[in-house]
Amino acid sequence: MSSAYSITRSVNPPRAVFLDFPLGHTAGKPGEASLNRRILADALAGFESIALPGTILTLPYAWAGDDAWKDVVMRSPVTGEPRDERAPRSPTPQYQLSDDASAAEEAAPCTSCVWLEPR
Amino acid sequence: MGERTAPVDYIERTRAQYAALGYRTYRWVANPDTPPWAPLRKPLAESRVALVASGGIYVRGQVAFHHHDDTSFRIVDADTPESELRVTHFAYDLTDARDDPSVVFPLATLRELARERTIGAVAPRAYSLMGGIYSARKVNDLLAPAIAERLLRDEVDLALFVPV
Repeated sequence: MSSAYSITRSVNPPRAVFLDFPLGHTAGKPGEASLNRRILADALAGFESIALPGTILTLPYAWAGDDAWKDVVMRSPVTGEPRDERAPRSPTPQYQLSDDASAAEEAAPCTSCVWLEPR
Repeated sequence: MGERTAPVDYIERTRAQYAALGYRTYRWVANPDTPPWAPLRKPLAESRVALVASGGIYVRGQVAFHHHDDTSFRIVDADTPESELRVTHFAYDLTDARDDPSVVFPLATLRELARERTIGAVAPRAYSLMGGIYSARKVNDLLAPAIAERLLRDEVDLALFVPV
């Protein structure tokens, strides 16, 4: 699945489906279980329908009534200039909740975590 | 309905962003050759489907990902409750994913599709990784083969990759 058409075109996987939603919503909308079920069923149907390697199917769903959200992706909504909204890239674990850090300590060592490089 | 426009060209916007920041141009992976092809061996309704996702999902009790080229992965049991899923990432707005992890990690949705027999079964384990690894070599040589080996061991019929 993909919501970044140009990147997927460049990577060129054997099969792909494109959902034209903002990044962070590759598989649907929050709280919309029935829509998300249809999206996932349509995506998986690509395994049966795509016969030509490199095909990207576009799924027939729209994020909103119009596509205005696309204008401000990685851009300032005021000036339209490029904008960097990424968080600083720290090399220590970044827990969603501080309580998760203690849960991980209690459960250590993590047998369902796989590290491929020295930590 | 309002106006529909072309997909956001993230390659072009990243180029503009990097230029504005004074960074060197980012070199995107490009695979112009015809991709490899493995035909589906059985109907979807009989297939064991695995989820692989790069939105930075971990399960409460696991060590969280870090945000600096983290090439590790997490094994997520297929029956993990949604309430145990957590999301961490440096490069996208996490608000909706934290509210409903299925928007980037559709494990519960897959379980629904198995219940209604759209797919044969959910593979016993999903694999979660961190996107934003700026070394394509590490992904190609280290991470992708490790995940592929696990998927083979789990005897899955197909894997759905959900990147962010």
